[in-house]
Amino acid sequence: MRIGDYQESYAADEALFRTPTQRVWLMAAGAAAVVFPFLAGDYLLYLANLVGLLAIGALGLNILTGFTGQISLGHAGFMGVGAYTVAIAATRLSLPFWIAVPLGGAAACLAGAVVGVPSLRIKGLYLAISTLAAQVIFEWVFGNWTDLTGGIRGINVAPATFLGFAFDSDRRIYFLIHGLAALHAYGAANLFRTRVGRAFVAVRDRDLSAELMGVNLFRTKILAFMVSSYYAGIAGGMWVYFTKVVTPENFPLSLSIQFLAMIIVGGLGSVQGTLLGTVFITLVPEGLKVLTQAVRPFAPDAMSYLFPLRDILFGAMIVAFLIFEPHGLAEVWRRIRRFFALWPFPK
Amino acid sequence: MRPEAVGGDDQDDILAVEGLSLGFGGVQALSGLSFTARKGAITGIIGPNGAGKTSLLNCVAGFYRPQSGRIAFEGSDVTRVPPDRRPALGIARTFQNIALFEGMTVLDNVKLGAHVHLRTNVFQALAFTPAARREERALREEVEKEILEFLEIEHLRRRTVGSLAYGLQKRVELARALAARPRLLLLDEPIAGMNEEETEDMARFILDIQEERGVSVVLIEHDMGVVMDLCEKVVVLSFGQKIAEGTPAEIQQHPEVIRAYLGKSH
Ligand SMILES: Nc1ncnc2c1ncn2[C@@H]1O[C@H](COP(=O)(O)OP(=O)(O)O)[C@@H](O)[C@H]1O
Ligand SMILES: [Mg+2]
Repeated sequence: MRIGDYQESYAADEALFRTPTQRVWLMAAGAAAVVFPFLAGDYLLYLANLVGLLAIGALGLNILTGFTGQISLGHAGFMGVGAYTVAIAATRLSLPFWIAVPLGGAAACLAGAVVGVPSLRIKGLYLAISTLAAQVIFEWVFGNWTDLTGGIRGINVAPATFLGFAFDSDRRIYFLIHGLAALHAYGAANLFRTRVGRAFVAVRDRDLSAELMGVNLFRTKILAFMVSSYYAGIAGGMWVYFTKVVTPENFPLSLSIQFLAMIIVGGLGSVQGTLLGTVFITLVPEGLKVLTQAVRPFAPDAMSYLFPLRDILFGAMIVAFLIFEPHGLAEVWRRIRRFFALWPFPK
Repeated sequence: MRPEAVGGDDQDDILAVEGLSLGFGGVQALSGLSFTARKGAITGIIGPNGAGKTSLLNCVAGFYRPQSGRIAFEGSDVTRVPPDRRPALGIARTFQNIALFEGMTVLDNVKLGAHVHLRTNVFQALAFTPAARREERALREEVEKEILEFLEIEHLRRRTVGSLAYGLQKRVELARALAARPRLLLLDEPIAGMNEEETEDMARFILDIQEERGVSVVLIEHDMGVVMDLCEKVVVLSFGQKIAEGTPAEIQQHPEVIRAYLGKSH
């Protein structure tokens, strides 16, 4: 154990960042995040925005799957519910983004409450299948309820504006996306400092004894679904203002699986891991893109394998992490930190 | 609301069980069982394996629903109260096979025991409002001072319970039950599988909980020495029925008990 790890003062136990070093690092990271958009090129900025909004969604899935133990294959569907709600609210009702986005979160939250109902009776694989059904239904509705969703043409949305300031460039919306991502990461971390989050984890670890400790299983599971899909809805809403358009193919099953890959690779039940996993999984396809471009002179049709290759890689990483590194990158990161905390005098 | 009293001398009894029957398919785990536990006392339940002791505890905790009979807690009928509502009434328990939350720290396990006494809702939790912060701080102080230090596990509070030795896990279970601030504590073989030193510690804790905190205890235990030392009254079960009830001294002399239980293990 690291020497500085033992808390003499009990009060520090519930602080999110326990040591001054951690707080300094946090401030440094915050400063870097503020400077980043002014230094980064278009492509990096685009990736950073993608990471930011997917991180909000992934945090939601980790609350449900990693912390509460309820698997979901419908997370992209909830994101879609949020996105369409925002797009419709912004276009038909002309609502400003700061009303439309919370509305999107609320709509996804309600959808989550409904989809979560079977979780009282079914677990594991069966719950995976029932959430998969929800995903399929959502996708179908996005594509076929043309009056509302615009069918495959989708809905175009104007940039978000606030008091005359338009978030109309990637650099401007960066601050909105990452501000929300930071806020939601903070919210997720807070949740697990209180009775609400403890009940989630207790349900995951041993639901019957949680019940005997006074945790109402049904209400707790539904609440986890609601919080989780609310996060997805906010991510969906930001997606709309990021891409300025929403179409049915934005929220496919493969995105749900990508979210699962993020939390498994990052670390189930870890807020920090979720962020690491999101960065990692978002960058992998980009790495692949670079790779396929590099081999194009030798294999001209390499590009056409990009998407199947990507999905195979996600699958392989999920399996590999579950077997070899079940606590994900969060644990790898912890090991690295521990090494450097002792370096140059390792035990 | 105070429904009619069930069984016995209600003011004195924290728990009164009357005519309790519970069957699983062909197996009759409990048949027509009646007994009372006095307020402020430690009541022992003994009996051979499969006698129905754990089933009885599960009925009192609400985890099993008896086919017939009544359970009165502090004079009110609780037979039909759902399990997740019983901790708030003042009933807490430990499990024969440890049932902790393995991925959580010792501190969080124990804090979860206090779940029903806490009020923070999901919005307050996400924002960690001053109210949530205050509640958490008060809870932590209570858990640290009143429970972890008392059970001598405060140095383990940040450890994940899955990584603790068996005897310590049993202690964490007791800590979690205490966090519920029970008036009736149900202990299912809290000493089973412990070495001599751990047994002594645990016996001392149970005695302190009863004497200093005034908590009534129903104790299921195999270790006759401990039962005889701690319990004011002992109820003996065999095949789901009560075959004897009395002070430890009386029980040890009881011919049926010697035949059904003591005879076997001694
Ligand atoms: N959930 C259950 N399903 C089926 N049979 C059970 C169940 N729980 C207990 N029993 C049966 O009830 C009887 C009493 O078991 P139990 O209460 O665990 O005994 P004890 O705790 O005294 O050893 C045993 O025959 C046991 O097999
Ligand atoms: Mg038993």
